[in-house]
Amino acid sequence: MCGIAGLYTKTDTLRSQLGFHLAAMLRQLSDRGPDSAGVAFYRDPAPEGWCKISMHSAAAEPGWDDLADALAVRFGDASLTGVRATHATFVVAGDAGEVDAWLRAERPHLTLMSAGQTIEIYKEAGLPADFVARFDLAAIEGSHALGHTRMATESRVTTEHSHPFSTGLDLCLVHNGSLSNHNRLRRALRKEGIHFQTDNDSEVAAGYLTWRMAQGATLEQALEGCLDDLDGFYTFAVGTADGFAVLRDPIACKPAVMAETDEWVAMASEYRAIAVLPGAEDAVSWEPVPGHVYSWGTALVA
Amino acid sequence: MVTPQTPPATGLTFDLRSDSVRELNRRLHGPEATGRIQVINPDGRHAIAVGVDADCEVEIDGHVGYYCAGMNQRAAIRVRGNCGVGVAENMMSGTVVVEGSASQAAGATARGGLLVIHGDASARCGISLKGADIVVRGSVGHMSAFMAQRGCLVVCGDAGEALGDSLYEARLYVRGTVAGLGADCVPKEMREEHVAQLRALLAAADLDADPSEFTRYGSARQLYNFNVDNVGVY
Repeated sequence: MCGIAGLYTKTDTLRSQLGFHLAAMLRQLSDRGPDSAGVAFYRDPAPEGWCKISMHSAAAEPGWDDLADALAVRFGDASLTGVRATHATFVVAGDAGEVDAWLRAERPHLTLMSAGQTIEIYKEAGLPADFVARFDLAAIEGSHALGHTRMATESRVTTEHSHPFSTGLDLCLVHNGSLSNHNRLRRALRKEGIHFQTDNDSEVAAGYLTWRMAQGATLEQALEGCLDDLDGFYTFAVGTADGFAVLRDPIACKPAVMAETDEWVAMASEYRAIAVLPGAEDAVSWEPVPGHVYSWGTALVA
Repeated sequence: MVTPQTPPATGLTFDLRSDSVRELNRRLHGPEATGRIQVINPDGRHAIAVGVDADCEVEIDGHVGYYCAGMNQRAAIRVRGNCGVGVAENMMSGTVVVEGSASQAAGATARGGLLVIHGDASARCGISLKGADIVVRGSVGHMSAFMAQRGCLVVCGDAGEALGDSLYEARLYVRGTVAGLGADCVPKEMREEHVAQLRALLAAADLDADPSEFTRYGSARQLYNFNVDNVGVY
């Protein structure tokens, strides 16, 4: 069991309260996933020609300022834009792919959590309520966000094994369920050049989407490919620069509920995570049909 | 009618933002379970009004989570909202009315009583039904009435894939289209007794629909050892 939450805002007021509301949703989903929690926020785009990265370090003194200096030397300009608990965000005057390659070669002890123009990923082992407080989620503004609470079933409980998993620039995946063909698929994807940080099954789903889109598939096509190529149970939520998309496996073992008002669109594993949103009692709510891709924003255009 | 004669109101109201579900259920299992009991601000909480065994009415104002009204006996429970997974699971008797839609496995294994869903029910509605009646005003999702043994599932809208897979002796009445029949589930003739049964169920659910528009589906009895001597059991 795990918990998923997604929130897409339609008003400036909601955008300024995005973290506050997502934090409330995650607390509601705590008993679906008390092992770890994570979020992806879409906010503060990096300037044209720059990229934004989220980094993680478990070290007591991670040396974020030194990293910003080193990135500036290598790429011409870079700055540290925020530090939250064990994570930090940077903007770098360079290509995200080159920054990723440089980090893996020069800073192998650090973990790149996300890269793109607007995405920021924070995730950590421990109770969702502790995570929410430690990372001060309530203070984060943004256009939309995804969250996850994890009850681990088949791989370790660490920061790296937590969700969301980056699936490419400004893309990430959260998963409720389990995949049974992930080992074979991981081997195949590694041969295709996809990089994996863990032995986690959900990361393979993220890698699969990355690979399909690198082959030219749209996000919708890549998600529809999951119906054929992934064996197992899943409700996926995929965050994009403009919105998010949802897919449930055709058997629909894992729950999902969606709701919409004039102010927001939300998805969650259970309605109780939506009930904490303003105006939830008057929202239009429904259960997504299995095997069908849903999306908000211009999520599928990118 | 679904709602029994209104007994004298007791005025008992539970606000689940201040009262716990455990406290609500504890008191519903005791002598206070009489008259009309109001539950407000359910906010999607699980296991609301589970295990009631009393001649009372429970009105829940809002959306509920999993297993609402499970194991119900005798009580008339009404949800003014949507339900999560497993509403009225293993109901024994009484009525459960959902004014919105229900998630998966509505009425699973229910042995008696009537479950009415005014919206849609999603996958596996009436799975392993054991004698209760379920009337859905909207449509039902895939694998509905899977291995259903006894009782009726009435669907005024459409049914999803694999309706009635591995069906035993439950009767299925569907007005709209069926995306696909499960193994051993076949359309059957609507005889007079079926029209009468369907008419009575629609009336009990307070729904205005013409029984002649429905198709009956039942078991072809090829998957299990049907013995005609046991027909009276169903």
